[in-house]
Parts: sequence; C-alpha cells; structure tokens
Amino acid sequence: MLDHILSILIFFPAFAGVMGFMINKESMRAYGTAVAVIEFALSLWLWFAFDNNVSGMQFMEHIALVPSFGINYILGVDGISLFIIIMASFFTMIGIASLSPTHSIKNMIITLLFLQMTMIGVFAALDAIVFYVFWELSLVPMLYLIGAWGGPNRIYASVKFFLYTFTGSLVMLVGMLFMAYFFYQATGVWSFAILDWYRLILPESFQLWLFAAFFVGFAIKVPMFPFHTWLPYAHGQAPTIGSVILAAVLLKMGTYAFIRFSLPLFPDASVFFMYPIAILAIIMIIYTAMVAYAQKDIKQVVAYSSVSHMGVIILGTFALNVEGISGSIFLMIAHGVVSGALFLLVGVIYDRRHTKLMSEFGGLAHVMPRYATIFGLMLMASVGMPLTINFVGEFLSLLGFYQQSHILTLLAGIAIVVGAIYMLTAFKKIFYGEVTNEENRNLPDVNKRELLALIPLSIITIWLGIYPAPVLGPINNSVESVVQLMHNKATSHEAKMRIPNVTGVVITKTTTKEAH
Amino acid sequence: MLSLANISLESLNLITLAPMLIPIIGALLILVIDIIKGGLDKTLYVVLSILILALDFGALLESAGAFSKDGIMLGVFDVMLIDGLAIISQFIIVLTSILFIPLALTNKRFHEFSYPEFFALFLFMISGFQFMVASDNLILIFVGLETASLALYTLIAMHNRDKSFEAAVKYFTMGALAAGFYSFGSMVFYALTGSIEINQIAAVLEANNYADIGYVLVGVVMMLGSFGFKLSVVPFHTWTPDVYEGSSAAMAGYMSIVPKIAAFVVAMRLFEFLIHANIVWLEVVLYALVVITMTAANIWALVQSDVKRMLAYSSISHAGFVMAAILIGTTQSNSALFLYWILFSFTNLGAFSMLWISRQKELPGYQKSDHSFEKFSGMIKTSPMAAIVMGLFMLSLAGLPPFALFWGKIYMISSAVTSGYTVLALIMALNSAIAGYYYIKLIVFMFMKDPIASNVDNNGQLYVANATTALKTIIGFSIIGTVFAFVALDSLLEFVTAFVYNSGY
Repeated sequence: MLDHILSILIFFPAFAGVMGFMINKESMRAYGTAVAVIEFALSLWLWFAFDNNVSGMQFMEHIALVPSFGINYILGVDGISLFIIIMASFFTMIGIASLSPTHSIKNMIITLLFLQMTMIGVFAALDAIVFYVFWELSLVPMLYLIGAWGGPNRIYASVKFFLYTFTGSLVMLVGMLFMAYFFYQATGVWSFAILDWYRLILPESFQLWLFAAFFVGFAIKVPMFPFHTWLPYAHGQAPTIGSVILAAVLLKMGTYAFIRFSLPLFPDASVFFMYPIAILAIIMIIYTAMVAYAQKDIKQVVAYSSVSHMGVIILGTFALNVEGISGSIFLMIAHGVVSGALFLLVGVIYDRRHTKLMSEFGGLAHVMPRYATIFGLMLMASVGMPLTINFVGEFLSLLGFYQQSHILTLLAGIAIVVGAIYMLTAFKKIFYGEVTNEENRNLPDVNKRELLALIPLSIITIWLGIYPAPVLGPINNSVESVVQLMHNKATSHEAKMRIPNVTGVVITKTTTKEAH
Repeated sequence: MLSLANISLESLNLITLAPMLIPIIGALLILVIDIIKGGLDKTLYVVLSILILALDFGALLESAGAFSKDGIMLGVFDVMLIDGLAIISQFIIVLTSILFIPLALTNKRFHEFSYPEFFALFLFMISGFQFMVASDNLILIFVGLETASLALYTLIAMHNRDKSFEAAVKYFTMGALAAGFYSFGSMVFYALTGSIEINQIAAVLEANNYADIGYVLVGVVMMLGSFGFKLSVVPFHTWTPDVYEGSSAAMAGYMSIVPKIAAFVVAMRLFEFLIHANIVWLEVVLYALVVITMTAANIWALVQSDVKRMLAYSSISHAGFVMAAILIGTTQSNSALFLYWILFSFTNLGAFSMLWISRQKELPGYQKSDHSFEKFSGMIKTSPMAAIVMGLFMLSLAGLPPFALFWGKIYMISSAVTSGYTVLALIMALNSAIAGYYYIKLIVFMFMKDPIASNVDNNGQLYVANATTALKTIIGFSIIGTVFAFVALDSLLEFVTAFVYNSGY
C-alpha cells in the first residue's frame, strides 16, 4: 500500500466524493469529516514512513499516460512537498469538521473533497502536465465554492478569480510546452517529467523567457503585487471554509511552484530576476500592509495581511540560499496555519453577527474571553512574535535574504513592524474598550465545534514555534539538494556567486537517478 | 482519349469506392422501403441507418488495413485517392454520424423525423462528404461538396419552423456563392496547369517555379473564400449563428463537426503545398485569418444571450484554432488537427445533445429564445445530474484538463511551439482564456443562480423533457469520450500520426 500511498491520497477523497452522492443530507457532515479524518491519518502515515535522511523524491509512482508525447503520471514527495500535503489534508479535515450549517451542505462537502484531490495532486505531481491538470482543476471547485456559498457579490468575485488564474496558467502552459520542446531538441525524446527537466541546462536567454512565462502563472496564483487584485475580492465574498482553504493551501501552490519549477529549472534567470522580484515582494509587503490598515472589514484586514505575508515567502524563496528557501517553505506552513486560523476566527464572529465590520464591535474581550484569547494568540503569531510559528519562518527568510541584500531586508523588516500596527489596531477596535453595541452584549463564546478546529491550530502554532526541528529537518535536507542543483546548473558567473555551493551534499545525484 | 475497352476492371480498383457506395445504396434502400410500405415508424429508419453506417465503418476498417499495408491507393481512373487523411476523416464522419442519428429518437415528436427522406438524405450527405475527402480531383471534390451541401440544406429546412427556413435559405445562398468561388478557383488552376488533380497542379507549379504567381494568387483567393464559407472563417462566418439557431440543436452540433472536417481535409490538400512552397503572401493571409477567426468569434460569443448562439460562435473559434494547423503545416500540426477534431466531436456533440434534450415546444415568458441562459439558471438545484454533465462539457470546451479538448489543445499549441510560431502559440493560449469566460458564464447560471420558480415546481422536468434512453446513451458516450480521453490518447495519437505521416503530410 505504501508504494501507492500518493495515488491513494489523491484519489481517495475524490472517490469518496463521488460515493457521497448516495449519502443522506443529514449525515453528510459526519461522512465528510470521517473521510477527511481517514485522509489526514493517511497523510500522517506518509510522514511516518518518510525517510528524513533522503533528500530526493520518495514514494515515486510512474504510469505511462501518453508516452509518445512524453506525458506520464509521475508522483513523488520530498521534504518540500511533504508538509504542504499534510497541511492540505489537515485543513480540509478541520474545515469540514467545523463547518457551520449552510444550504446545500451535501454539494459543499463533495466539492471540498474534490478540491482536496486537486490540492494534493498539485503537490505530489512530478510531471508538468499532471501538475497542470491538478493546478487547473483546483479552480473549478473553488469557483463553485465562492460562487454558490459566497456573499452578495459572489459571482463577480468567483469569475474574476477563475479568469485571472486561468489566464496566467495558460501562459505557463505555453512555457511548459516550450520546455518540453527544448528537452526534445536536446535529447530526441519528449518528456514533461520535472526530474528530467532538472538535468537540462538552458542558455540564459531562453531561461529568461521561460522564467517569465512560468512567472505569470505562479505570480497570479501567489498573488504577487500587480496581480493581487483578485484575492481580496475572493476572500471578501468567499464563505469561511473557502477563505480558509484558499489562504492556507491554494495560495501555496504558487510559492511551491516557484521552488519546484522556476528555481531549479532556471537558476541564471532566477538570479537575474532576483532584485526585481524582491522589490515587487517588498512593495507587496509594505503596500498591502498599508491597505490592510485602511480596511473597515475584519476579513479584508486578514486577507491583506495574508497577501503581505506571502511577500515574505517570495522574498525568502528568492534569497536563493538554503536558509531563505527553507525559511520560506516553513513560512508557507506557518502562514497556512495562522491565516487559516484567523479566517476561521473571523468566520466565528460572522456566524454570530452576520457582519464583519469592525465598527460594529468593541469590547468583545468581556463578552467572549476564550475567543479573544485565541484571536490574540493568532494575532501575535501573525505579527511574528518569537516562540510562535511565524517567527521561525520569517526570521529564516529574512536571514536568507540578508545575505543577498542588507537594505532590502531592512525594508522588509520594517514592513513587518507595520504589520504589527494594523493587526494590533484591529485587535484594539474589536476587543478592547466598553461594549458599545447592545447586540454584542450577549454573544455566546466559541462553542465546541469551533474549538475543535481552533485548539489544534493553537497547539501547532506554539509547538512549532518552540520546536520547529521535526518539520525544518526534512525541509532543510531537500532544500540543500535543490540549492546544490541550482549551483551546479548555473552557467553565469554571477549566478555561481549568488547561489551558494552547499558543500558536503552528495545526495543531489539521487534526484536525477530516480528519474529513471 | 481513353478507350474503355483497354481498361481492365482490376485497374479500376473499385474497392476504393466501397465506403461511399454503402450509404448511397442504403439511402436508396430506405426510399424503396418507403415506396413499398409507407408510414413506418422512425425507429426503423434510425436503426437501419445505424446498420448501414456500421457497414460503412467496416469497409473503412478494411481500407485502413489496406492502407497500413500497401500505402496510398488510387482507383477509378486515379480519381479516388485513399490515403491516411481520407481514412481518418471518414472515420470521424461516419462515427459522428452514428452518434448523431439516434438523436432522432426524441421523446417529443418532431416533424422532420417522420419522413423517411430525412434519413435517405442524411445518408446521401454522408457519401458526399466521403467523396469529398477521398479524392484530390477538384471536380469530384466539387461533386461531393455539392451533394452533401444540398442534402444538408434540405435537412435543415425540414425542421419546419420559420427560423429553419430562414436558416436553410441563408445557408443555401451562402453555399451557392461558395460553390461559385470554388468553381472559379478550380478554373484558374486548370487554366494555369492543365490539370484538375491537386498533386498534378502542385507538380506543374513546382516545375515552372510559380512563374504565374499572380494567377496562382487569384485561384488561391477564390479557394480561400470558398473554404472560408464552409469552415465559417471570419469574415465569411456570418451565416453560422443564424443557421445554427434555426436548425435543431442536434443538427447544429452535427454541422459544427462533420462538414468542417471534410472541408479541413480538402483545405489541407490544397493549401499545404502552397504553404510549403513558401508563398509568403498566403502565409500572412492565413495567419491573419486564423488569429481573427479565433479572437473575433470569441469576443462575439461573450455577448450572446442564447446558449446555442454562444456555442455557434465558440465552434467558429474552435475552427479558427484548428485552421492554425494548416498554417503551420507540419506532421505534428496535421495530426493535432485530427486529434483535436476527434476529441472536439465528442464534446461538442455532447453539449449540443444536452441542449437537444431540454428542447421545449412552447417558450415560457422569461425565455426569449430556445436556449437562453436564463433557462439554465439554478439547474444544479432542480436537476443536478444534467447540470453536472453540461458543466463537464463546458469545462472540456474551455480546455480545462483533464477533459478531452485540453489534450487536443496542448498538442496543437505544442505544434505551433515546435515550428517556431511562438506568438501564435501565445495567442492561441490567450484565446482559450477569453473563451473560458463564456463557458463559465453558463456554469455560473447553472450552479450559482437561483432557479426560476416554475422549474422548481416541476422538479427540473424541463431539462430532460426530450430525453429518451437512446439520447441518454449518446450523451453517455460523449461523457466517456470527454472524461476518459486521456486513456485512449496514446493509441489515438500514434494511429493519427502514423496515418498522417504515411500520407506525406
């Protein structure tokens, strides 16, 4: 069973989703939770069976799909993707478990299970076309989720989300076809396998164009600064579960793809574009933080802060060294946990009052003490308090980029302080002072169902903040081999300089060897 | 002069005629049956047509076997040309026809299917298309084209509504103009080269090194105009939406597939040797036609308020997309054309069949046309299965993986990439994004809007009002073809590539 655990992880939820059509409406939530728990257990088993000392791909599967055109169903997992897969199954689980009652809940749960298939598929795929299949397919359940259960402006938001990402990924698809063609020219065989592509050293001019093509697809998904306009809409209109999954997992597809595709395939172009992208990332951090400060809606504050933190992830990724990339991967998980939790918390208050405007609240700390405590904890994590999960990731990302540029890192560091300002202001407006609105006087505190989701997240936030080693270890291992691969492949002198040679790493060869 | 006495029957190679003769004989049989005993039920004719087409399919398998053994076959004074293109396109024509004809078995009674002539004409039309693709003789192509077109006009008019007459007359007028263009173009080529066989024309033009390039261009313009009409290339597309709207949904789906593949094959035979002769002018014109057809049709489709008209514009855009194959002109692009069209035929026939099963006789007040978008709002609540199936077809048409058209699309874009048409590849990709919007629009209506009250009351009966087991089976086939395309893709690709390559394209 372990040989095919990745396929099982991908297709079990989809299969369960199809079977779900037979379940009675009343029992649907229990069914969805049960399936998600099984899925989460399977992903934990994957972690358990994962060999921390191997930096290359594990649990590889290979089925020929269209061999004459080089498309094969190849799966594999390494330290980079392992924890994102676990996080995806974890968030689907707590998302379904804490789902508040809504109309057509059956359709929603089936949609969520399909969404889970696509999420895990993206992170496990090692063939560009299979990756693309899941990447695109993930748009459909999300489109439905936002469009059918969202706020008043939901259709506009969902279509905008779909078209933006769809357009970006089509440009990326052309890039992939070019990449396969270059591989065909070099070797005489078509191949879309990522590990095959890793062995291809392209001239720098090609790299720049291909990097740009892939960048459009990934940057829209992240979303990076000029392309970010779809996200606040999507978050603003999406139901709580949609926002949680979007922020926690779907956005990570973009940053993950940078590490999986852009960096190792185009090391010279990565160095070439390092500063422009870092500047975009810093604009993204500062600008969205300022926008967040101006918001009246709590959910928008969280949404913009989530974009802001994605900027730090990008910055860490383009530090192009082990600290930066490991930090950014760790921050992906941290960002998932923290912003997922924040969206859940916003959902809690929205369920009670059906408004998300901060002006409607005030003094909630007296009425809902437990809620305020958890919110406070997540807020502290979000602004990067030491001993919380975000701190580790942010610190490592910035440390990594510090080696490339001191000034830009300093700017990014200042931006994090700005983050503290808007978050604390929002907290003050909602929780401190007197209860001004009579409607808030008798709000019930968080109930058991909500605690079921929030307590595990709080535990993870603190646990990984204090002791990140179990996660950071495998990540570090795989990142070292990626960085080494980049160093080896880099052709220009500057790239060789910028990308450090990770000495003492011999394992890089395993990645290429296992491709065959 | 040829004297017939010297020709042995063997050298005529009459077997090459078999696949075309089968539907003709079948059509005559149907007419004879009607003469002997009139008033028989449509089920008889439907099943008879399927059987005849199955025989036709068998004959095609035979030719395919012969082709892969001996290569290209000529027959009947070298007028017939059975090569890979002819065989694959006939496969598409016959298979699509087999899938189409059971759509006559509707729940509601429709005028046209009560006439046995409908089925006879249908079979005549198929043999016309088969002649068209299995020849490189300009006159035989013309005869095939006209046989098929005249039958098709009549089939449209038989739907017996005001709009159908309008559609048939419009199609007929435009078709007549196209035929005029075609004959004028052939005449120019004949005057230039003294031959009406495309390979002879190519050889003569090659030999005198395109000395009379001006006249060649006149001929090419005429041919482009003619095939522009048949393939509904912008700016020759104006008839398409009206004709699709006027004919029954099933017929519209059929028209978006079969006549076009026949025209594509002829266009491929005719234009590719000119493209390979590096006639820059033709390349530029074709490039422009491809880009304009894709983009303009997509933009028009955005503003349609009727699903059938939207699909009409979308099929124009798909035709433009596939035209790119002729411009690129490599083995990969030509294989991509056939691959795309096979996958497209499943999906598009499925989409039009879904419209067909929801066809009403009387329109309620909120509906301005047969298949307005409003009709489908909230379909997921009243008739979830139908909504999901329709959604699948829309996603496939939009080119979302892993559904059928995605694979055709990447292979086509890849063929543009490999032959250096980078900008074209990007335009093709971005056009898919534009197209995404109008396909999503239907999904938005079906999945996100609230149903109209009267539809909730009758439990979504509207969407399957016209459905019978036969129709559902056809839709089932379309779903399988759409969703599980990737399973058969490898063998399909190898088959198509081998046949295209061995025909020298």
